[in-house]
Order: sequence, then structure tokens, then C-alpha cells
Amino acid sequence: MPTALSIQNLSKVYQNGVIALQGIDLTVEQGDFFALLGPNGAGKSTTIGIISSLVNKSAGKVAVFGHDLDHDLAAAKASIGLVPQEYNFNQFEPVIEILASQAGYYGIPRPLALERAELYLNQLGLWDKRLEHARNLSGGMKRRLMIARALVHEPRLLILDEPTAGVDIEIRHSMWNFLREINEAGTTIILTTHYLEEAEQLCRNIAIINNGRIVENTSMRELLSRMDTHTLVLDLLHPLAQAPALPGFSTSLPDEHTLEVVVSGHSSITQLFMALALQNIEIGSLRNKTNRLEELFIRLIGNKGEDA
Amino acid sequence: MNGREQLIAIKAILWKEVLRFSRLWVQTILPPMISTALYFVIFGRLIGSQIHDLNGFHYMDYIVPGLILMAVITNSYGNVVASFYSSKFQRHIEEMLVSPLPNYLIMIGFVGGGLARGIAVGGAVTLVSLFFTVIPLHNLFIAISVLLLTSTLFSLAGLINAIYATSFDDITVIPTFVLTPLTYLGGVFYTVTMLPPFWQHISMANPILYMVNAFRYGLLGVSDVNLNVAFIAIIAFNVVFFWYALNLLNRGYGVRT
Repeated sequence: MPTALSIQNLSKVYQNGVIALQGIDLTVEQGDFFALLGPNGAGKSTTIGIISSLVNKSAGKVAVFGHDLDHDLAAAKASIGLVPQEYNFNQFEPVIEILASQAGYYGIPRPLALERAELYLNQLGLWDKRLEHARNLSGGMKRRLMIARALVHEPRLLILDEPTAGVDIEIRHSMWNFLREINEAGTTIILTTHYLEEAEQLCRNIAIINNGRIVENTSMRELLSRMDTHTLVLDLLHPLAQAPALPGFSTSLPDEHTLEVVVSGHSSITQLFMALALQNIEIGSLRNKTNRLEELFIRLIGNKGEDA
Repeated sequence: MNGREQLIAIKAILWKEVLRFSRLWVQTILPPMISTALYFVIFGRLIGSQIHDLNGFHYMDYIVPGLILMAVITNSYGNVVASFYSSKFQRHIEEMLVSPLPNYLIMIGFVGGGLARGIAVGGAVTLVSLFFTVIPLHNLFIAISVLLLTSTLFSLAGLINAIYATSFDDITVIPTFVLTPLTYLGGVFYTVTMLPPFWQHISMANPILYMVNAFRYGLLGVSDVNLNVAFIAIIAFNVVFFWYALNLLNRGYGVRT
């Protein structure tokens, strides 16, 4: 069984001399949900551009489901669905026509294209907007339109370049659920995102790219296990004047009702509570510091429907 | 892609292109009808009535073929240059570039759109002409083949312009400073025999002169140029422009980095 994506020694030097990729190697297995992370300008979008044939490579080999880009480009392209970072549809075209045209470019007859357009627009909550010009959609809707468009030819590999950038949290979570579903149905997904929580929630394997080089390529579980500390936020029932000294833990007091405790990977939470009890510090609630606002926002707004 | 899939893909691009200019009919179909009507009223009826016959035809009748072909040239070119550049500018050309569509199909799709608009406008302008005059049809095959070849040629030219264009200015420079002068000096409103010998020779270097006269031959049966030379020139230009545009697309010029 061929891998979904195989990249060998891939390099890219732009005409202006910028070296975007310096011989990267990458393998994504079939059925994977793979995160490609890195800071701005690291080479993520260039890599995706080369895979999807929008950028010419300088050197190296790329194969999609065993189809080499140099020798079997059409078959490789037919296997890929791309959701780019920037909106790249005709803003003056009706939503349904964008999908029908895209399917047509893959040789899908119009009746079948319209059938699939209905399916994916419904799944992504855009069916009611099918006759609207794309420019009239909200940011979240435009992102979902690009996902629907990328799926209309039913690709085996879906590449998402920051698909939830600028999307509100509620819609982001509904998009995550949708992506999980299509991944479970067999579509291999490669995701780039600046929302690390997004990658953590969705992806099983991960590569981190920096300065055109892969600096990490492992499973998400393995990577997270290396995280040696995390910060707990404790809401105090009684105010404190200063951060207490807790043996084995580092503490800080952002305000008199909030205590932050840095817990190392090997520490016991039970030990922490015992130390707090010894000093008569009572805790009302506890949470992880990361994505605290996001969790609160989701809890507040619940699942009250689509974006406007 | 197999043959059937390629046919579906071509239809998808053509459908999109035809829909685009049909939706914008006030900007695409109506203006050439109005300007042609004005040409007939001013040049044909008012000024033309003071001008003696040209090659045995009333001035009004003589300018009909040129006016039709002028509209076809302008609109074929304008359709492809605007549509392709706009798809580059808005980046929805990427929808085609990521698909398995071969470059020659992308080219045929856009050129087909230009051809469709050229035919639509040519038909509309012909209808307007019929309000002012009767068009004798000397040779239907020649008229139609010149119209189609000319429309294809200028669609290809529009595509090349759009591939090179990096701003909206770039897509107006060629039509304004090259296409319009060549069209007006291409024998639309006069016969080159009216010119002094020196300018007659210069005019012979203008490819549009051959197209206008070949089309005029198809409708009226008169021409300032040898018909064989005209056909060879038009077909040769088509082949060269086709090859050149395809070469640019294959290199990814202006659309791939």
C-alpha cells in the first residue's frame, strides 16, 4: 500500500534568491491526520504549494499515493484536494457554481457535480447560501466553502493550509468535527495551523518545519509526552497577599484570588493538594492555563448554530 | 484524464466563461451594438452619403464587414484578457491549476470563451447592421471561417497579454495603443487604394488589413488583398500564437512561482 505522501530531499529556491526549503524529507501514511507546523515563513505553504503544483520545486521528489509529480502529475493532482490559506475563488460567482465548475475541471459530469455540491454544502451548513455570490459570505462561510470545493472531487488526500484562520471558535469546533468525520471515513488529511490546540486536538502525527528544514517529525502523543511542565490555574476561595511557597512547585499570584502553579511532568497533583492543605489554602476550582479563554467561550455560547 | 473527462472539463470552463459575459451583457454585448449603430448613423448615413461608392458599393455597405469584424476582434480580445487576468488577480486560476486539467485544455477553454463572445457580439452587430442596410452574402464559408479564425487569433492574443500582465494597466495598454490603431488603420473605413503608394505598402504589414478584407470578400466579394495570402497569414498567426501561449502556460509563467 503506497503512502499518501512521500517527499524526498525537496528544495525550493525562489527567483529572488530566497531559500524556502532545504532538502526536506517527509512521509504521511494513508488515513493519517497529519500536522505540518512551523512559524511564519518556515516553508509550510511552499511545501503545500509544491505538492499541489502551484509552486515549481527546485529539486527533490514528491509522490502522492505513489504517483510521482514529475511523471504522473495528473493522477497525483486528482488525488489531492487543497484548501489554501487565502480565499481563491471567484467572488462574483454563486457558491454552487464554484463547486460545479471545480468538479468539472476533474471531469465530473455536471449532474453528479451538483449532487456532490448539495451533499458537501449541506454538511458544511452552506446549502442555504448556494445561490449567493461568494463575496456575500462571512469569513467562516468562505473557509467552509473552500473545504466543500476541495472535497467535491472526493480526493484521497485533503490538504488544509490554516483552514480556521480568522474563524470564530464555535465554527472552528464544528469544522474540527467535520474534519474528524471525513478522516475517519478514510481521507488522509494534512493540516497546517497556527492554533496549536487545533493540531493537538486533531492530529495523530506531526512535523515541525523551521527555516526550510524539518526539525521534528513524530507522533503527537510522543511529542506531548516530552512536555515537561504545564501550568494549573487555581481559583482561591480566600485571597492571598503573596504566592505561597509549595515544595516541589513553582508558584505565582497574578491576583489575590488566583494562584498559578507550574507542575512538572513528574510531579504528583496529590502532592500539590497536600501542600495546599497544609497551608490552609482552599481551592474553589482548577483548570489548565492553556486555552482557558477558548474553553470558557465555548461553554458560554454552547452550540447555538451557524455564524451569521 | 480520459477523452470524456476532458470534454466535461472543457464544457465546465466554457460554461463558466459564457456565463460570465452573459451575466455582464450590459458591459459586454450592448456597447458594441450601440457603437456600431452610431458608426452607421454618423459614418454610414450622414458622412457616407457624401462619399462616392467604394469598389462598387455604397459607403454604408462597404464599411459593414469591417465594423462587424472590428467588434469581433475587440470583444474576443477583451473577453480573454479580462477573464484570465481577473482569474489571476483573484487567484481562482488556481482552481484549474490544482486540477488534472492539462494546460492546453485551460487555453482552449479561455479561447473558447473569447470565441463565444466574438460570435455573440458579431451576431448582435450584424443584426444592428440589418437595420441600416442589406448585407449581400458572397461566400458564407469564407465569411464564417475568417470570422472564427480572427476571433480565435485575438482570443489567443488576449490570453498572452493576460499571462504577462501584472496590473490592470497592463491589460489596457495593448488594446488602446496597439489594437485600436491597427484596427482603424486596417481598412475598416476605407480601401487601401485610396492611400498614397508609400502608405499602401506600410498598410500591407498590418495583419488586421488581411482579416478585414478577407471578411469583406466573404460578404461583398471585394478585397484589397490576395485571399490566399490572407488565409495563410491568419492561420500562421493562429499557429504561432497558440504555440506561444501554450509554451507560457507550460512554463507556468505568471501563474506558478
